Amino acid sequence: MDISTQNTAAPPVTDQPSDAQQKRAARGATRPGDRIFLGLSRGSGIFLLVIMAAIAVFLTYRAAIAIGKDEANFFTTFEWNPTGTPPEFGIAVLAFGTVVSSIIAMAIAVPVSVGIALFITHYAPRRIGGVIAYVVDLLAAVPSIVYGLWGVLFLVPQLDGLYGWLDDYLGWTGVFSWQGGAPRSLFTVGILLAIMILPIITNVSREVFRQVPQMHEEAALALGATRWEVIRMAVLPFGRSGIISASMLGLGRALGETMAVAMVLSPLFDIQASLLDYGGGTFAQNIASKFNEATEMGRDALIASGLVLFVITLLVNGAARMIIARRKEYSGANA
Amino acid sequence: MAKRIDVSGLTAYYGSHKAIEDISMTVEPRSVTAFIGPSGCGKSTFLRTLNRMHEVTPGGRVEGKVLLDDEDLYGASIDPVAVRRTVGMVFQRPNPFPTMSIFDNVAAGLRLNGSYKKSELNDVVEKSLKGANLWNEVKDRLNKPGSGLSGGQQQRLCIARAIAVEPDVLLMDEPCSALDPISTLAIEDLIGELKERFTIVIVTHNMQQAARVSDRTAFFNLAAVGQPGKLIEIDDTERIFSNPSVQATEDYISGRFG
Amino acid sequence: MSNATLPDTQGKRPSSLRGATLPKWFPWAVAAGSIVLGLGISAAAGLESDIQWGLIAAVLFVLGSYGIAAKVEGRRQAKDRVATSLVWVAFILAVLPLASLIWETVKRGVKVLDGYFLTHSMGIVGDTEPGGGIYHAILGTLEQVGLATLIAVPIGVLTAIYLVEYGRGRLAKAVTFFVDVMTGIPSIVAGLFVLSLWIITLGMGYSGFAGSMALTILMLPVVVRSTEEMLKLVPNELREASLALGVPKWRTILKVVLPTSIGGITTGVMLAVARIAGETAPVLLLVWVTPLINANPFSDPQASLPVYIYLQYANSGGEGAAYDRAWAAALVLILFIMILNMAARGLARWKAPKTGR
Repeated sequence: MDISTQNTAAPPVTDQPSDAQQKRAARGATRPGDRIFLGLSRGSGIFLLVIMAAIAVFLTYRAAIAIGKDEANFFTTFEWNPTGTPPEFGIAVLAFGTVVSSIIAMAIAVPVSVGIALFITHYAPRRIGGVIAYVVDLLAAVPSIVYGLWGVLFLVPQLDGLYGWLDDYLGWTGVFSWQGGAPRSLFTVGILLAIMILPIITNVSREVFRQVPQMHEEAALALGATRWEVIRMAVLPFGRSGIISASMLGLGRALGETMAVAMVLSPLFDIQASLLDYGGGTFAQNIASKFNEATEMGRDALIASGLVLFVITLLVNGAARMIIARRKEYSGANA
Repeated sequence: MAKRIDVSGLTAYYGSHKAIEDISMTVEPRSVTAFIGPSGCGKSTFLRTLNRMHEVTPGGRVEGKVLLDDEDLYGASIDPVAVRRTVGMVFQRPNPFPTMSIFDNVAAGLRLNGSYKKSELNDVVEKSLKGANLWNEVKDRLNKPGSGLSGGQQQRLCIARAIAVEPDVLLMDEPCSALDPISTLAIEDLIGELKERFTIVIVTHNMQQAARVSDRTAFFNLAAVGQPGKLIEIDDTERIFSNPSVQATEDYISGRFG
Repeated sequence: MSNATLPDTQGKRPSSLRGATLPKWFPWAVAAGSIVLGLGISAAAGLESDIQWGLIAAVLFVLGSYGIAAKVEGRRQAKDRVATSLVWVAFILAVLPLASLIWETVKRGVKVLDGYFLTHSMGIVGDTEPGGGIYHAILGTLEQVGLATLIAVPIGVLTAIYLVEYGRGRLAKAVTFFVDVMTGIPSIVAGLFVLSLWIITLGMGYSGFAGSMALTILMLPVVVRSTEEMLKLVPNELREASLALGVPKWRTILKVVLPTSIGGITTGVMLAVARIAGETAPVLLLVWVTPLINANPFSDPQASLPVYIYLQYANSGGEGAAYDRAWAAALVLILFIMILNMAARGLARWKAPKTGR
């Protein structure tokens, strides 16, 4: 009783002056200083929108020029010859290479990342987990050019044995047959991309696992669950959408990765059944490898392929954001 | 299958900090024993040593003996997972698994311990929910998420989940502190029914609640902040609340501190 | 009595609390055994690659843990052990390449890294000859990144201020959405945009500034996001207290809100700088390449560290001096980025509001 009367009595006392202040502050909005500042900050926001619009407009504009001159079907042609007469080019090979290398990367990186994230949050002693988390954080900042250098000069020579193995035991599938070229195929690109996106997927998953309320884990423990059963009952279901969005963010990076792929891949503008043989390319790699010999027509064709990459990454990132947003609603409802 | 708990010389640590020291007591089967005492006196810690949940906290370790009938929970070849399966626990805040339905929440413990036919599961879930006085309220929405229930219903769901695996002992860590008075009453009634089948130990901040639900009451206290908590006395609830043998107990019960 | 009510559960409950438990050293023993076996098998089969025996050992470790534990402890415990061993394997699988990356870069990078290397350009040094350095590349990177920071920070911070302090309506929502979209733009696409606008359409030449524009696009969303987070942390009471004293809103933002969150904003900016300093593709597209020192970012091609690394690799013609330079430049680049990162994190920890006790 006492408290409630105090509560109802108190606000008017403090409210009155602040009401007046607010009015004064509102009037202050017409002050030149306030108007200039609001204009500047709103202008910055608008500028950002203008950039985005300009990106879409200019890429589409140049791409339209290129596709207009393309004598072949832009989506299905296995050829990249924009400077020929007549110009013929298509993104089929690039789409194939981009998708395949990203799938390989995801297939390796997602389970391993979830494993490391669980290791950091649930298996390692707390202090060691913290150190590892910090190191993984730092590794997320290593530039892709360094991954590329390491990939081509260190990783590739190590992979001969693995390729031979895959050819010996899985070669009959056709997917893993190997003609013995240097291991610089889409498969190697997939492995390298996996290593590159490990830190980001690990970081996001780790954050999600860390947010699992202690009480859910204790509930499982008190039912007589082993550590793995606790993870399966309380941690993974809670973190599922987080893992999905983390993977999408990783996928977005893998799709757009340029230099590391350009250095490691031995490009051949064709599609091979085997992942281990030369063949394929990715959107980003193709742009980086071809642009310095390109004429204006060649550049426009590359811009057209860049536009496709742009749209794909937009879709992937959009999906990731949507999942994150839905997750927020979901956990909010249960808070 | 309610069992007797026999604790002797139990000391528990968090890292180098001694949380409770040298506690010995006996908890009778098919009875309710309440732990009361000021905040930080270690009553929750002690409760968690009774099903080896204490050691889940980083740095948590225990010395001493906890006999469940004749078996020492801290014996060399004892599997802590089996201990927690036999000694169930209900927590301060209702914690149904948010991603599971009401049905799956109750069945969660059973599914860990083997494969059951759907009909068997149905039977156990129904019996457990009836046992927790929740069946009538949820029988039409067993497939809805447990997090959609009210706080009191969620807590009874957690009790149903705990008793579904037929534990020998049920530990309750301030089960009503997050609930409104009406839900609290429902849980207290339920505790009265459950003691027919289980050995129940309940930690509570609410002395009236201890007086209402328990047969025996243990009073814990600590000498000063940072000192380990100790068991001051344990006796029939009636004695503790009318004529305790230690002055500190009387001071606490009459509201002079805590 | 519970037997009568729930016969089903009674049948399947464990008979006692005892379980045969494997000793603490069990996982280590299995791990050691797997490594020895893995090495043995690969030696016997004449496999030369480290990856192969490593994979054999990993598989043996997981299967061995499961097999032995299933025999001794039971199926549930065995599953638990498999999960634990898989998590360990995942950890090791990930740490090895990342550790190797750092190790190789340091090991091969220190060979030619010295004062001369840092203070000389490639000048007339041929691609395959020894000698030369990265002075021109460091200069270029610093100028390009510096210009991008000069553009991106005010715009980014102002945008964040708009979103947090003023933004309510549709415009704010649109900006928030497109900042998210911008975060996901691949760097090569940002490069293509500037290429199509600045170089193809407007007919300007390659320059450091063209690269800076692409870097700005990559940096902006990071700055906006982190600044937004930091501004949201400033308690409303502070703003109200200042407004209640009759201070105009813009002065409140400049004198109260920004100074309170300046530590966090700086951290965000440093992380953003670290992110763009290693960008290669847009720089290669827009700044072009040169072995010479060009201190003017507004005209003619410039060098930059990441592109330098790429060129030393691409034009090396095989082993040799060029590779050494590439590794050394990579080491310098990593050091620069790591120091920025650590400084930023240290600053964040130091400036963080003290919570708890």
